[in-house]
Amino acid sequence: MIGVGKIKQYTNVLDRPLSKGKQEVSLSAFAFLFSELVQYNQTQVDNIAELERRLEDAGYAVGARVLELLCHREKGNRRETRLLGILSFIHSTVWKVLFGKVADSLEKGTEHEDEYMISEKELLVNRFISIPKDMGAFNCGAFVAGIVKGVLDNAGFPAVVTAHFVPVDGQQRPRTTILIKFAEECYSLNARLALRLPDIHVLDQLKREPEQRKTSKNAKTSNDFTGWVLVRNNVTPLSCST
Amino acid sequence: MASTACFMIVSRNDIPIYEAEVGSVPKKEDAAHQHQFILHAALDIVQDMAWTTSAMFLKAIDRFNDLVVSVYVTAGHILSFV
Repeated sequence: MIGVGKIKQYTNVLDRPLSKGKQEVSLSAFAFLFSELVQYNQTQVDNIAELERRLEDAGYAVGARVLELLCHREKGNRRETRLLGILSFIHSTVWKVLFGKVADSLEKGTEHEDEYMISEKELLVNRFISIPKDMGAFNCGAFVAGIVKGVLDNAGFPAVVTAHFVPVDGQQRPRTTILIKFAEECYSLNARLALRLPDIHVLDQLKREPEQRKTSKNAKTSNDFTGWVLVRNNVTPLSCST
Repeated sequence: MASTACFMIVSRNDIPIYEAEVGSVPKKEDAAHQHQFILHAALDIVQDMAWTTSAMFLKAIDRFNDLVVSVYVTAGHILSFV
């Protein structure tokens, strides 16, 4: 374990409380480490897209572990099952632990229903990085996008996460926005019922169910079979009625 | 203990990571892998229940004859079956 001085001897190593470890790391050490990470990846790839993908993969591993760790430490062993819940968890708890402050804002996209944005005036990882002109669209925030993707994927909400620069008037450096686009799976029937969000797909399915049941009304056994099918399709409210 | 208990850790993609047997009952030859089947069948139930509750410990989600299955789900959907 980390070599903190043995203040109290426990008879059993399993009884020892888990140490929280050092909460703060020096910013300059992180800046050096991150710049080295970017430089190393730069030598390995030929184009920007590949570089962004590598940073994202590095962040993905971080996100997966951060999710487990924070759920255990901060939230007292309660999982997140709601879409908004996990988003606000990322926006406040994860950001606070990683960057020392909550994210600036969490917004819902207006054009598509499954898009959300976390934006930050100045991303910590980008603070000491300058992008040369010939790599115009590249954003080292891809690392942070990878962290968010890792958290969402492992919590059961697959999503595509990217980082973008958004120029703001009256400010020299553009604002960084993490764009989160949830996959279709998150809006599946089961998830919708769990989230208790009304959805066209849910209503269509519910409208179709009575017709299915009407055709199998003749035999009792076929009714039971329909009931079993409904349970397997995870439409729990309807399975009770059969 | 009346019967042996089997402890399994399964990752989020239904890949078993760890398995252990706890108990003092001699292993029955005909039902050697019975507990694996039972836990496998309980996987589906857990997947559904995991979305309905935000608690981590789900007690007694399934019964098979006289064996009870309970599971602990972590934030990353890593399931620990007993």
